[in-house]
Amino acid sequence: MRSRRAVLAGLGLAALLTAGGLAYLASPAPDGLDAVSRQGCEQPAPAEAAARGEAARGDCIANHARESPLAGGPLTGYTVAGRGWLTGVAGIAGVLVTLALGAGLFRVLRRRERAG
Amino acid sequence: MDIAMHMSDGIVDVRTSILFGVVAAAGLALAAAMARRDLDDRTAPMAGLVAAFVFAAQMVNFPVLPGVSGHLLGGALAAVLVGPWTGALCVAIVLVVQALLFADGGLSALGTNITNLALAGTAVGFLVALALRRFARRGGRWLFAVAFLAGMTGTLAAALSFVLQFAIGGSAPVGLGTVALAMLGVHAVIGAGEGLITALVAGAIAGVRPDLVYLLRGQRIDPALPTGPALPAGPAMRGAPEVRA
Repeated sequence: MRSRRAVLAGLGLAALLTAGGLAYLASPAPDGLDAVSRQGCEQPAPAEAAARGEAARGDCIANHARESPLAGGPLTGYTVAGRGWLTGVAGIAGVLVTLALGAGLFRVLRRRERAG
Repeated sequence: MDIAMHMSDGIVDVRTSILFGVVAAAGLALAAAMARRDLDDRTAPMAGLVAAFVFAAQMVNFPVLPGVSGHLLGGALAAVLVGPWTGALCVAIVLVVQALLFADGGLSALGTNITNLALAGTAVGFLVALALRRFARRGGRWLFAVAFLAGMTGTLAAALSFVLQFAIGGSAPVGLGTVALAMLGVHAVIGAGEGLITALVAGAIAGVRPDLVYLLRGQRIDPALPTGPALPAGPAMRGAPEVRA
């Protein structure tokens, strides 16, 4: 039977290894929502269709998506200053920030043991 | 916008963004109030680590179809491990970090994203796990199956929630039926991946310390019940942790 601490440490280690290492193996393909958002975009773009004299045929959700106002940040897109090879660093940073926020929030929310 | 995983700004109109901002705020406020009952000095650290793990796991996209990948949502896993209320907060924290630090998911879209993943995904995943809890308590293959179903249904619920938002205020003139079919179809496959990861992680923890798994806490299991294939988890499932010989 493992100690509680061992389980917690294992979870933390798994998080760091996943974000810092496994993340490099992540598929670059668009995820489910992203892929659905791009459906229809293979139709000719409105400008191109107009140039050909055709009615614009399709639109896709992605055409309406706006970039986040935070898009220029140093860790945008899980890179470090745009460097994709540093994605592990970005990941570990994210893990640590998440841990800090979580630890903070859950400490505040927790029921304290009654003294005595 | 190449490595973004969540809804960007602009996909739904302003009115809908605001509506779901309110829904998200209300949902999280409820989660926080209820989570207090589940959080104490022992369980709070686990919750923080679950959030950290969910963040990490969400980074690892896995291929599901040609040209399409998926990634863990984590709501069902978090709920199984630390309960639905704390679990919802875990996922919400992840989404906030992703939006603020990584520009993954829009800012005005945070309400919709939280609603879909932290609320809908977690709630449905947990409800399924709860409904099947007596099977989960048998451990082994049973727990695996329950966690798998919880993960899968949670993912589908999140996808459905998006479809609902799109129906209410989607900004693109794309047919609702097309979007619904595509979202649910893709996320059925992604949900299988989610189910697998949920089952593996929950199973790994339950295998050594079932008392640290929220779903498995509570009544003692009848020792006469079969516990599935021989697993180290067998004797430990009966309640208080035992020292292994």
